[in-house]
Amino acid sequence: MHHVILGAGPAGVVAAETLRKLDSKCKITLVGGEGEPPYSRMAIPYLLSGDIDEGGTYLRHDKTHYDDLDIKYVQANAKSVDSKAKTVALDGAKDLNYDTLLIATGSSPLQPPVKGIDLPGVSTCWTLEDSRNILKTAKKGDSVVLMGAGFIGSIILEALVKMGVKLTVVEMGDRMVPRMMDDTAGNMMKRWCQEQGVTVLTGAKIEEISGDKSGLQVAVSNGDKLDAKLVVVAAGVAPNIDFLKKSGVKTGAGVIVDEHLATSAPDVYAAGDVAEARDLSTGEWDVMAIQPVAVEHGYLAAQNMAGVPTPHQGSLNMNVLDTLGLISSSFGSWQGVKGGESAKLVDEDGFRYLRLEFSGDQLVGGQAVGMTENIGVMRGLIQTGYHLGDWKDKLMKSPQRLTEAYVAASQGVTHV
Amino acid sequence: MLKALVIDPGKCTGCKQCELACSLEQEGVFNVSKSRIRVFDFHEEARFIPYTCTQCDEAWCQQACPVNAITTTDDGVKVVHDNLCVGCKVCTIACPFGTVNYNASTGKVIKCNMCGGDPACAKICPTDAIVYADVEQAGHSRMEDWAKKTDSGAQATA
Repeated sequence: MHHVILGAGPAGVVAAETLRKLDSKCKITLVGGEGEPPYSRMAIPYLLSGDIDEGGTYLRHDKTHYDDLDIKYVQANAKSVDSKAKTVALDGAKDLNYDTLLIATGSSPLQPPVKGIDLPGVSTCWTLEDSRNILKTAKKGDSVVLMGAGFIGSIILEALVKMGVKLTVVEMGDRMVPRMMDDTAGNMMKRWCQEQGVTVLTGAKIEEISGDKSGLQVAVSNGDKLDAKLVVVAAGVAPNIDFLKKSGVKTGAGVIVDEHLATSAPDVYAAGDVAEARDLSTGEWDVMAIQPVAVEHGYLAAQNMAGVPTPHQGSLNMNVLDTLGLISSSFGSWQGVKGGESAKLVDEDGFRYLRLEFSGDQLVGGQAVGMTENIGVMRGLIQTGYHLGDWKDKLMKSPQRLTEAYVAASQGVTHV
Repeated sequence: MLKALVIDPGKCTGCKQCELACSLEQEGVFNVSKSRIRVFDFHEEARFIPYTCTQCDEAWCQQACPVNAITTTDDGVKVVHDNLCVGCKVCTIACPFGTVNYNASTGKVIKCNMCGGDPACAKICPTDAIVYADVEQAGHSRMEDWAKKTDSGAQATA
């Protein structure tokens, strides 16, 4: 049995390890497109800020990890898949035959259609190669413009500030992280960043980038003309599915999968950023490009590939972000559900915010700013669907009693 | 033999000596806010519930860590390696029990590490509400039951 895994991010690596656990004899080939050993994009900001070296971003630290598990690592990009012949054509290595195939090719940054986006000095911040470029281009005191204050933009933001650059952030939405946090939270974060000396322009768009290596000019829709040594583009990501045209594998926004993470083609599965899989909160099929989901998918896809049918009940959307020391998180249906109720604690001066969303007496979503203690119980309550009974009323009055509510619900100290 | 903290809330009197012992052992200070075990006081019910990491088998925190900074010891304890932890906090939202926390002063996450095999909370507990014992005992299997309730399917073999 030969399992081929395309993509060596968290989904691919976890899948390869899980397959080995389940079957000591099968042949496993892990195909990664980049020159480095499998690493974590999540760790890139800490590389930029100088907290770690490149080795610190690696998913596994033991140099012989993949050899020890008899996982064959191949550096190449997938050119095409023929799901009838069960072959993968690779760019940079010999084509492969597979018995089962996992598509875990992740996503790539979007290049918005802005004039000058391809100039030298304009970079995404997605790969180790990107981070080397950024570190080479921008030095302490240089002016840097960051396009996008979504989740990725906001994570890079902190790293750029730690590099000592003069930073301006340009975000099209009306607040920071508009797809992760509500307006109270997003504006609180904006105010926090501005108080730390970062210029944050919201409801603004970069219209044109001009100039050359010696310096760039950035024209913003509000009329500002910004000088920049470097422009970092963080305008979202999209699944890497282009190589699947004519493969027989159905795609939409991502690779379409069923509840076993199997695609429309026989013995082909998908996992991670590239898969359009079930969202636990909505029950809908969606691309959820976050680390914990990649790991879940990788694990489950491997079980199914190894012949241990394991359905995926859906993943919970969740994010955590540290923006210059202000920590925010959101979970599930943080924007609320129809017919639901909402409890809020707002402390603008203290930069603290907690919002809980209920459906009946069950927690379905939440977000927090400046509050981190036991924050995981938010996931616990949403995912278990515990009926909170009288604790729901307590939380409506005092949302900060969330951990108590979780312990009460899980230990049977509730009156439903 | 795998050992674990076996907690019997029925025996807890809410004295919170475990919290003091934990903070002293882990952080070198008597400060309950730095404790990795917490006693919840449900005074309306006259119940106290000590609460800490259950060291679950296929731990969510461990699986979610993007840089493999949480590993399992021979005793089954999930420990954070400060030299590898980058402080991304993904484990703090992934743990459905909320028992991995971010420590802003070090930039790393902290969780119960069983004090390296001699947990201070169990040693100090005057009523045996917290006992360091063989995992086969009933208390632990109850904790595992909660763990299963929060299962997304990702821990099918847990």
